Amino acid sequence: MRLPRWFHLLGSPPFVYGLAGRLVPWLRAIAIVLLLVGAYWGLAVAPPDRVQGEVYRILFLHPQVAYISMMAYVVMAVSAGIGFIWRIKLAHAVAVTAAPIGTTFTACALATGAIWGRPTWGTFWQWTDPRIMSETLLLFLFLGYLALRAAFDDRDKADRVSAILAVVGVVNVPIIHYSVIWWNSLHQGPSFMKLDKPSIAPEMLTPFLIMIAAFTVCFYWLLLNGLRGQIVERERDTRWVKQLVGGREA
Amino acid sequence: MSAFGAIVRRDVRVALRRLSEAANPLLFFVIVATLFPLALSPNADELREVGVGVLWVSTLLSSLLALEGLFRADADDGSLEQLMLSPVPISVTVVAKIAAHWLMTILPLIALVPVLALSYSMPLAALPTMIGALLLATPTLSVLTALGAALTVSLRRGGTIVGLLVLPLTAPLLIFGTRATDFGLHDEPAAGPLYLLAAFAAFALALGPLAIGAALRVGVE
Amino acid sequence: MMEFLRMGGEAAYVWSAYGITLAVVLFNAWWARWTHQQALERARASLSETRTLKTPTVRQVE
Repeated sequence: MRLPRWFHLLGSPPFVYGLAGRLVPWLRAIAIVLLLVGAYWGLAVAPPDRVQGEVYRILFLHPQVAYISMMAYVVMAVSAGIGFIWRIKLAHAVAVTAAPIGTTFTACALATGAIWGRPTWGTFWQWTDPRIMSETLLLFLFLGYLALRAAFDDRDKADRVSAILAVVGVVNVPIIHYSVIWWNSLHQGPSFMKLDKPSIAPEMLTPFLIMIAAFTVCFYWLLLNGLRGQIVERERDTRWVKQLVGGREA
Repeated sequence: MSAFGAIVRRDVRVALRRLSEAANPLLFFVIVATLFPLALSPNADELREVGVGVLWVSTLLSSLLALEGLFRADADDGSLEQLMLSPVPISVTVVAKIAAHWLMTILPLIALVPVLALSYSMPLAALPTMIGALLLATPTLSVLTALGAALTVSLRRGGTIVGLLVLPLTAPLLIFGTRATDFGLHDEPAAGPLYLLAAFAAFALALGPLAIGAALRVGVE
Repeated sequence: MMEFLRMGGEAAYVWSAYGITLAVVLFNAWWARWTHQQALERARASLSETRTLKTPTVRQVE
């Protein structure tokens, strides 16, 4: 079976470096526009909530950031798995790039959740809430991944060992998602992903969705941007990088 | 099967020769479980409340201590490579080593739990559920700790990082194990969490050795 | 405008949440750029190193 040309190109670091370089400005622009529009809509245009007043506006941040944190982990685990099985260096580069993004977004999800919880649930933290706990576990998984990588001097070994950890931990992601269905807790059940119409007012649904799109584009902007640095770092001794920085071949 | 038995017998024999090393996690367990009443209150009712949690956490930490060097001794003297080169599948070797360790260290630890539970004023009636939950949870615990040990086998000082990797993964075991024990303590049916623990054990024993084998292969490279 | 900033008395919650999120996005953008610069500099450094090594010295010319 002949594989299409783009398949091979995606395994070529200089090609991906160039492609990412061309995509990044567009993704950055779209992300900034969507974030500004969504934030403005959510903060200024959407009316105050009947029950939660103004503080409900964290609805346009917290679920989106939490969703991205899970997406980041899946991206990390899948690319690490691909890198492990097929020994594709570029896949490992993607995993390494996704890790700090995922870690910070997970921390942000926990922080915004705690801030939102104080006025609405009455508490910053609830140890028995399964979604809080599994998201915290996600943070530890990210931190464990980063710590494990840092412990190895040999980059190839670091890639392969941390790939195993990443894949083992991916079990946690569906647990986070389904925890609100499986267990009764402070978190409300799914109000968006239900197949019938979502049980959220349309004036609030629009900025909610805009922010989902905004953070998703933002994630891929950050991912491709960071990937370029990883590629240069890993390919430091190759001819194409030398030409890139030196202009002339040494 | 005979290869499995051979590896188990060999590891047990090695452990028996260095009985003091196998006893260290047990002593650690007893000491930690003794420190808590000193740090908290000696009030019998309060102790009973925290006893479940304390004993479970102590079990987790002692298991970590016992297993974090599971592969290092063999990796250092080259016998791990030999085991991996042999026709025996790595998964079998891994499960055999975990089983041997469990028999020599974890099982005695579980045997000590009733004694410590009594010191925490826990009623005798709660013990069967607690022991049952521990027997179901500790295989998963051993598999997870062995995974941490395998991931760090080539690191000179991997011990410190194994805890960071493994303990978050053991959170579900802790949650459901203590739930089951609490139900037993209050005379309620504990079947739910016990079934979940059994499911975790089945999952871990089926898939864990694959991940552990892969990690060992990378570590020994 | 003041009403907007006050957020019905819950300004601390809303603005700290938005602030933290903004900080996270900015941090990641900065981190990507910083690691990229660092990598390019290291590549440049190793390039000039090999250039220096390959330049013939007086000894070699002799």
